[in-house]
Amino acid sequence: MPGDFLDPQERIDLSPIIGDETKTTTCYMCACRCGIKVHLREGEIRYIEGNKDHPINKGVLCGKGSAGIMQHYSPARLTKPLRRVGERGSGEFEEIEWEEALTIVADRMKKIRADDPKKLAFFTGRDQSQALTGWWASQFGTPNHAAHGGFCSVNMAAAGLYSIGGSFWEFGEPDWELTEYFMMFGVAEDHDSNPIKMGLSTLKARGAKFVSVNPVKTGYSAIADEWIGVRPGSDGAFVLALIHELLHADKIDLDYLVRYTNAPWLVIKDPGADDDGLFARGADGEPLCWDQNTGQIADARLAGVAPAVVGEYTLDDGRTAVLSFLLMADRYMDMNYGPEAAALKSGVAANHIRRIAAELAEAAFEKEIVLDVEWTDWAGRKQDKMIGRPVAMHAMRGISAHSNGFHTCRAIHLLQMLLGTIDVPGGFRYKPPFPRPCPPPQKPAGRPDQVNANTPLPGPPLGFPTGPEDLLVDADGTPQRIDKAFSWEAPISAHGMMHMVITNAWKGDPYPIDTLFMFMANMAWNSSMNTSGVMDMLTDRNEETGEYKIPFIVYSDAFWSETVPYCDIILPDTTYLERWDAVSMLDRPICSADGPADAIRQPVVEPDRDVRPFQTVLIDLGARIGLPGLTNEDGSPKYPGGYSDYLVNHERMPGIGTLAGWRGENGDSHGTGAVNPNQLDRYIENGCFWSHEFPENQRYFKHANRDYLEYAASMGWIGSSDQIVLQVYSEPMQRFRLAARGHGDITPPDEHKARVEAYFDPLPTWYRPFESQDGGEDKYPFFAITQRPMAMYHSWGSQNAWLRQIHTSNRLYMNRFQAELEGIEDDDWVWVISHHSRIKVQVRLMEGVERNTVWTWNAIGKRSGAWNLDPDSPEAKKGFLLNHVISELLPPKESGFRYSNSDPVTGQAAWYDLRVRIEKAEAEEEITLPQFDAQPSTNNASVGQRILRYGARFKPKRPAKNPAKGDNS
Amino acid sequence: MTLLPARKPQGQEVKLGLVIDLDTCVGCHACAVNCKEWNTGGHSAPLPDNNPYGTDPNGVWFNRIHTFEAGQGTDSRTVHFPRSCLHCEDAACVTVCPTGASYKREADGIVLVNEDACIGCKLCSWACPYGAREYDTDAGVMKKCTLCIDRIYNENIPEDERVPACVSTCPASARHFGDLGDPESAVSQLVAERGGYELMPEMGYKPVNRYLPPRAAKKNQGPSGVGAALSRIATEDAPGAAAGSGKFLRWVDRVLSR
Repeated sequence: MPGDFLDPQERIDLSPIIGDETKTTTCYMCACRCGIKVHLREGEIRYIEGNKDHPINKGVLCGKGSAGIMQHYSPARLTKPLRRVGERGSGEFEEIEWEEALTIVADRMKKIRADDPKKLAFFTGRDQSQALTGWWASQFGTPNHAAHGGFCSVNMAAAGLYSIGGSFWEFGEPDWELTEYFMMFGVAEDHDSNPIKMGLSTLKARGAKFVSVNPVKTGYSAIADEWIGVRPGSDGAFVLALIHELLHADKIDLDYLVRYTNAPWLVIKDPGADDDGLFARGADGEPLCWDQNTGQIADARLAGVAPAVVGEYTLDDGRTAVLSFLLMADRYMDMNYGPEAAALKSGVAANHIRRIAAELAEAAFEKEIVLDVEWTDWAGRKQDKMIGRPVAMHAMRGISAHSNGFHTCRAIHLLQMLLGTIDVPGGFRYKPPFPRPCPPPQKPAGRPDQVNANTPLPGPPLGFPTGPEDLLVDADGTPQRIDKAFSWEAPISAHGMMHMVITNAWKGDPYPIDTLFMFMANMAWNSSMNTSGVMDMLTDRNEETGEYKIPFIVYSDAFWSETVPYCDIILPDTTYLERWDAVSMLDRPICSADGPADAIRQPVVEPDRDVRPFQTVLIDLGARIGLPGLTNEDGSPKYPGGYSDYLVNHERMPGIGTLAGWRGENGDSHGTGAVNPNQLDRYIENGCFWSHEFPENQRYFKHANRDYLEYAASMGWIGSSDQIVLQVYSEPMQRFRLAARGHGDITPPDEHKARVEAYFDPLPTWYRPFESQDGGEDKYPFFAITQRPMAMYHSWGSQNAWLRQIHTSNRLYMNRFQAELEGIEDDDWVWVISHHSRIKVQVRLMEGVERNTVWTWNAIGKRSGAWNLDPDSPEAKKGFLLNHVISELLPPKESGFRYSNSDPVTGQAAWYDLRVRIEKAEAEEEITLPQFDAQPSTNNASVGQRILRYGARFKPKRPAKNPAKGDNS
Repeated sequence: MTLLPARKPQGQEVKLGLVIDLDTCVGCHACAVNCKEWNTGGHSAPLPDNNPYGTDPNGVWFNRIHTFEAGQGTDSRTVHFPRSCLHCEDAACVTVCPTGASYKREADGIVLVNEDACIGCKLCSWACPYGAREYDTDAGVMKKCTLCIDRIYNENIPEDERVPACVSTCPASARHFGDLGDPESAVSQLVAERGGYELMPEMGYKPVNRYLPPRAAKKNQGPSGVGAALSRIATEDAPGAAAGSGKFLRWVDRVLSR
């Protein structure tokens, strides 16, 4: 019934207008990057909804995205550039003009660059503009750059890229439409979150089985067919036992292994030699295999060979070589990897492990999928079918944030390789631009000879070392980066080690820096280990000079976070609805397995404050400093229009820029092509995204699919269309191990040798997380971890008037049965004590948590007064962070040396290694501890705001018979 | 005190409502927040928030998610349960209303509150056994789920998107909207297929909304269920094979090609 509808009781406007204008853009309430439609009425946001046409979310939107209005109008928004006037940490600032702020920062940076560029440490948080920030850092000439990947994902990225040339997180996805058996390990809710929810729904409707491996049964795990409450950090033992079972039953896909992996490559067996354990190679460096057709050694890359997978063979030089498959099988068939051994480590019963292995085998081999799709393999051979094994896996933080996470993630990929399920119908699928070579060919720049005054680095500061020669160390093995990434302490720290920056800069180890420049990283709170210690470091002064030990801190953030008071100059950023942004193929794109995609954000509302988008500010600073990529020859700014100017006009290589869509002068070229001055308009016309769908014959076997590989090479994603061979056995690991054994010119300092040798294992291995070693598990019997609530993203949610009503404070969750043994009851207050520190928190008992594990929601606890909340808010008084009891350093070795609390291969921050003991706290004041002095508010009005009536002005006017009652505007 | 509309013969009554799938609801709160976002500027605007940045933030929500555990130990189930007005056929919140403010629409069965007639006496919230009513302390009136009455007939919205906000936003497709009075409708079919049930039927209010129970978990999938294991291939060393190599013999003669 159109128009006003007359009901006996009231008149209802059934067709109110939503807004007078609708703009599309990309959500940023978490890292999922959904397409949204923002409805505006007279310039104010009426409603944000998912964009139906968008490839990521297809119209849906999560709780966070639906609360974007409250983020955008948050009273915690910064309003003007600030200069610190009080002591660091006091929160006393004066407002200054942009020109003054930018001049102060640019002048200081210019001096640093002319003196020693590495004295600028530029670290960014959860931004998605690393294609710009990394390039800016290398233009500046400092190796001291990374984003927050070392916090959260590098184990998954590195293990994936070194094993299969692609990774979990949002860079790959299960084949939701075809998989029959889906295993999910430790997955959080802030990356690919809507696609995962949509996928789980699809998968369950189809009747596929969903197994969730997670110590805690919340969120996705709650709807799993089977929940495996594994002990934190033991997933690797569990997975390797599955491999043990599959090998003993010969339930593996040998054809897949031979065609697509290095399983049939020969490995030199010559103990003591400097190439022991490396691949046997021919004259041109080609890997070798044993060809059963000819009974001879052959180039392992050839299409015609019939490779053996077991046996030892004699090389032309008379030495022995063994097949990498054999090394692998020999290791995991040993009873030390059997279900009984794994049960002791993981808490998952041996018969349970056996059953899961049987189920995997059944799904993979009895439910084979055959698609009648012709395709051409890497060697040009036509295949008339795509044969798939419908087992898929997905893994995230629960695997990543452990000191054994690199190897655990490799173990999961090995399991997928053995089952033949990588990029096949029903399996794990790469999203473009992956797969890339294992690992990608980029090396980190920043060796001593590469860092020079007023000179850009010769390459990006982050990359993928494949041997000791790629490390950023000097002749003595001393780290060259402030975070000690790419040093012997963490050789493959491909995302940097942001969790070590403040500690090392404070110590001046390996050298003091001048300026710490950060963006969107809450380092004085939930983004640091040892949070209380970090606050002290940020305020600590050199006794002799009286200077702060970290002399100067520049920070850009949109909100009054816990970190702002610790910084000297604040460059206020916009909200996500006020800015241009790119979700780029050069960075973390929004592709699906069926095709590439990228996206932009466009400003949908103008800022009502004196704030500027960070990327525009960075480009401006670069021009002021005179960075070559950001200035013209006459010294004028190259991108005077700011970030949108850069997005359109910057080319990383000829024809390749930040955005892939509508390139070419006329906008008719995609992927590569000349600059198109109207490119952003084309994006806006298309809903702010670009996407391309692969033809059917390119959708699977991307690592070995000629048409796909040629397309990928033409798009610039990979250097050549050669087959990407998956790495069962990882040669780069062995290169580091050989160096630790004293081979080669570059070897680790003595104190690191044993550790490098132990952990650079060319095959996946499992060891106890570091805090569980050396008696840690006896003194501290519980694992302590966090989970990410679906309705909150990091610390941002607490300023959001709607989201904070969902999670206003957090409890420590304990297993009910275990708590009763310990004499702990629901609502008790307890001390959570680690080797580092202790916190006082309140307990909530539950059933769905592994017995030896306690957990809480991440980043709900707030510092009193931060985010312009009332200083007595539940977030501050009842909420807490586990971060206070997590040390960024491991307990000292005998020599006194302390390694960082990180994975020894990748430097990944090992948040989830934490072990604690729980003691009942005396009945005192019922607040969590530690507490800190209240951070002053920047906006006293919001603290006392009694009522928020958002939307009242949009209320449809009713032609009421009675005058409206009350004033509810 | 307030009359329900006269009943029509079975099958002729339109009963708009929701079907909520507890098999795929992961408790993400998308429905609750998107509902609040739509409705705070919609027919019942605003849905105010008290102390939004203070010590006890609490506001009006037409849809709330309750998370709880059922059962004990490893067999316990974590349940995410979205709760909103069920638009009962025999709605006690209507019959109890002293002013006629609380009413059920004859055309589609949606239960609404006419704010202009509401005196804020809260009798309806006492009467509702499902706790589905939300009192707006600011305006002094009762508010509730309108089934997005300003969306579902809204000609300014594309036809296929004319569903309640909670339904259109749900990432897990756990919410469905339609006419439960029509046995042929997609929602009625879904309820029939999946054994959808009404909440607390014993109360006699005949809620229209339905919940779909979790599908039977595939706990022990596989050829032989619990206790299943793969058969291990014997590993005795073959005659003439190197010591310890027996376990690899299965792969020795495999003819494989790249």
